[in-house]
Amino acid sequence: MSLTLQFVPYNEIEGLSSIGRINKLLKIAKENKIVLLEGRLKKEEEAELIKTTMEEINDDFKGIELGVIYPGKEHGDLLKKLKAGFVELMLGDRVGLTIIGPASIVKEIKKDPNKIELLTTNPTKIGKKKKR
Amino acid sequence: MPKKAAEKKRTEMIGEDKKEVGFASFNILRKFIDKVIGSIFKKKKHIKLGLYGPPNGGKTTLANRICIDWLGEEMGSVSAIPHETREIQVKEQVNIKSGKKELSFNLVDTPGIATKIDYEDFVRKGIKKTDAKKRAREATKGVIDAIKWLDDMDAVLVVLDATKDPYTQVNITIIGNLVARNIPVLVVGNKIDLRKADLKGIEAAFPQYDVIGISAKLGKNIDKLYEALFVLVD
Repeated sequence: MSLTLQFVPYNEIEGLSSIGRINKLLKIAKENKIVLLEGRLKKEEEAELIKTTMEEINDDFKGIELGVIYPGKEHGDLLKKLKAGFVELMLGDRVGLTIIGPASIVKEIKKDPNKIELLTTNPTKIGKKKKR
Repeated sequence: MPKKAAEKKRTEMIGEDKKEVGFASFNILRKFIDKVIGSIFKKKKHIKLGLYGPPNGGKTTLANRICIDWLGEEMGSVSAIPHETREIQVKEQVNIKSGKKELSFNLVDTPGIATKIDYEDFVRKGIKKTDAKKRAREATKGVIDAIKWLDDMDAVLVVLDATKDPYTQVNITIIGNLVARNIPVLVVGNKIDLRKADLKGIEAAFPQYDVIGISAKLGKNIDKLYEALFVLVD
């Protein structure tokens, strides 16, 4: 089984409305691709993404797995904090990475400060499902 | 988890929540007006208290515990199979007392919020296929309703299963949305009676919130939870 990862640069969603962003990302996930979005959605958009996902669930589409990695506050010296604050001020929601995977492929997303783990569903199980 | 790693995760969580303030300004204004009017008329506190969280965290068990303690009756059915609560349930006029203080609220038990629902998971738990499909349909609607109701809450208990990993995006999204709406949050780590429970893990995941560990099933620490409720809505 092959996995397709589709990178979505932030500037591709920047000019879209919240609904437009959600529809674009969900459309890719529904094509059985894993979305790697540069940056992150707003918290309200994340909730809206879950809501829209629920509306779309059917026998073929079981939903999504969602994971957001976002650098936290710097705890170093003042200069580091200022630097981090400036980067956030300049980049806003561009900072971080959002992963959206179709539930039929991604079983779980585990986050760790240094890595992100995508646990995929058992390929043999997927094979069996397709035969039905 | 290594201390350094836990610290870094913690800082990520803080970073998640510190934005999205602008949209909440209307809510702040509304709550301020409510507070001023409330103090003028010295009205008794009466709020909508929501129970939110992922499926099988123990929201309905907690709702039942509160209702039995103060109303003498249960609120809803509980099950080991996820998504047992698929409709918003409201119990009106729950009055709780602590010393001379009194608090009256409508208790709102919500369906567990999830990003995926597969009817085959229910089939594997022994539910017939047609019933499983119906359960899945109702569960998806339940999640939608739970999210829609977020705006109506005055205070929320986020009920998490203390035996599970707290660093899930659903937990972060729920809490982030409450913060963005300026709704007071108390994080409740449920099932602390179980050996695998890790309340410290929840505290490390959400250091900027009050966390209270309870066993809704056995009633452990429930008095502490009631005391915390007064602080939450004060």
